[in-house]
Amino acid sequence: MGSSRELTIQDALNEALRMEMRRDERVFCMGEDIAIYGGAYGVTKGLLQEFGEERVRDTAISEAAIIGAGIGAAMTGMRPVVELMYVDFAGIAMDQIYNQAAKIRYMFGGKAKVPLVIRTQGGTGKQIAAQHSNSLEAWFLHTPGLKTVMPSTPYDAKGLLISAIRDDNPVMFIEHKAIYNEKGPCPEGDYTVPIGKAAIRRPGKDATIVSYSRMALRSMAAADTLAGEGISCEVIDLRTVSPWDTHVVIESVARTHRAVIVEEGTRTGGVGAEISARIMELAFDELDAPVERVAGVDTVIPASATLEAAAIPNVESIVAAVRRTLL
Amino acid sequence: MAPTLARNMPRTLTPDLALWMLRMILTIRMFEEKMLEFLNAGVIKGGSHLYIGQEAVATGVCAALRNDDYITSTHRGHGHGLAKGGDPKALMAEILGKATGVCRGRGGSLHLADLDTGNLGANGIVGGSLGIAAGAALSAKMRNSGQIVACFFGDGAVNTGIFHEAMNMTKVWELPVLFVCENNLYGMSVSVNRATGLTDLADRADGYRMRKAIVDGQDVFAVLEAARHYGEIARSGGGPTFIECKTYRFGGHSRSDARKYRTREEERQWRERDPITVCARRGIEEGWFDTATVEQIRSEVAAIIEEAAGFALSSPEPDPHELTDDLYAA
Ligand SMILES: Cc1ncc(C[n+]2csc(CCOP(=O)(O)OP(=O)(O)O)c2C)c(N)n1
Ligand SMILES: [Mg+2]
Repeated sequence: MGSSRELTIQDALNEALRMEMRRDERVFCMGEDIAIYGGAYGVTKGLLQEFGEERVRDTAISEAAIIGAGIGAAMTGMRPVVELMYVDFAGIAMDQIYNQAAKIRYMFGGKAKVPLVIRTQGGTGKQIAAQHSNSLEAWFLHTPGLKTVMPSTPYDAKGLLISAIRDDNPVMFIEHKAIYNEKGPCPEGDYTVPIGKAAIRRPGKDATIVSYSRMALRSMAAADTLAGEGISCEVIDLRTVSPWDTHVVIESVARTHRAVIVEEGTRTGGVGAEISARIMELAFDELDAPVERVAGVDTVIPASATLEAAAIPNVESIVAAVRRTLL
Repeated sequence: MAPTLARNMPRTLTPDLALWMLRMILTIRMFEEKMLEFLNAGVIKGGSHLYIGQEAVATGVCAALRNDDYITSTHRGHGHGLAKGGDPKALMAEILGKATGVCRGRGGSLHLADLDTGNLGANGIVGGSLGIAAGAALSAKMRNSGQIVACFFGDGAVNTGIFHEAMNMTKVWELPVLFVCENNLYGMSVSVNRATGLTDLADRADGYRMRKAIVDGQDVFAVLEAARHYGEIARSGGGPTFIECKTYRFGGHSRSDARKYRTREEERQWRERDPITVCARRGIEEGWFDTATVEQIRSEVAAIIEEAAGFALSSPEPDPHELTDDLYAA
């Protein structure tokens, strides 16, 4: 077993929560349907049985109060992990996220800390349409004081969640609803994946693909396809969207001279817009082609499976973008 | 003597406690009068939500709290911060945006916070701190610390969404919170009866089956008694109480308010029940202190406020090089 063990992302997250709750009694979970039901996507299943209802709390449907209470508990010595069932519901709790959690430390002259993890999930893939399928990380990237983490593998899911829980800042931990059952290597022991550090998933020399979350997996598939044509792509999985790893991205672009940024969220004002602007600022002279953005279409996510699939990047659109940079 | 702040209050109503409260009410009043002076002189532009008229509420509630208890505060929060034990110098410097301010000039009047005294912060968002209060109380309960939370908010906040969410959560989990509603009859210009269907906002508690009380917010002794009584219930695991304090802000909502929504006659009537007078009269009647003592405290407090003002005015501006410090904890 040991290092060869494989887990799903869902189980890796569950294990991270268990390990941290065992290690540190200040860690507790609360949210809608997380205890008896085990979480809308099953991440907290079994925690109630192990830790009891004091530390695994079902709440009323009160997103603002859940996050607000997480803040208050975090400011006073606890390390809450609250679950926001869908990232789309951030809208009704946004004041607590961006006006309170993100700003408290700064507003209070550095004298407070808010070690709060807001676990949530986003993205398309379940045909649950406009209000349950969004990728809102650009909102959080635009919010100083927050960190935003979006893993794509079981290994990272566990290691990043442990890091997020041990971090003294509010962390938006955004899982992807379509990849919970993806399996991959995940060691049993205690380990962390540092927040803010990207992973080079695949080294390459012709073009750099920058992505994260589910789109990192599609970017890998695109790189496979392109490899068959003799095009060597470097695939960077950011893992953390805020603060994102500028160093690794710029260093890679300086080698490949081409950059393609892939995200599921809508294009305008998106994460790719920011990364592309940074590449322009820091590595303009290195570029042999305009930076390409492959992103969600600027639209509302539709219900139809056909339309839903058309609203987000696919392997073909990533492949096509890489080819354009090589024309 | 500097105002000794809410430190280990005697458990009974002693002359010392009465004097402490009188001193605190006067401290808040004179602090706010100094703010008014600064506003009129253009020394400050923000920070004009003054607490004049409502001093007995913060004072009576905080006199019932332990040092390590928490409060959450509002946009009208100078009085809460002082009553919980804040240093007038550091609070005033903060309102002036100075480096020596309790939040190093980052928070200002709207975000006065003082974690060392248990003040989890004023809030620029009406209703914004109600969830935080619930969470601090949850934390106290989980840590078994015996702490309670006094959550201050205005009549305007009872119509926000998070108010309902936090009231409900606090009751379901029987968290140790005093919801201290300062009903000063108006949320900016909108009177309570134009904003709700209620006469007594304490009735909001009924919907959550939460204990409730209505208190004369001009009478610090009444506030103290309620806060002690319900505070001890909360401390011993009996859950939250909604305490509505009927009060009045003597001035406008903020500096720019022409007060068109209320009459001068109404203001005159409320001013007759000035919390300073109510407190001093009772203390003298009971023989806890005499007029000379009141005058002496007044001049002592005036000196403290002058000293705070001198400190705040002469303090350095924050260094722009520190603009982005402390966005994140290391
Ligand atoms: C969510 C939100 N809406 C509106 C405002 C603007 N505003 C600031 S104070 C205030 C009135 C609040 O009334 P109340 O809660 O009764 O407190 P008071 O000012 O009377 O102390 C308003 C409308 C705000 N700061 N936050
Ligand atoms: Mg009001």
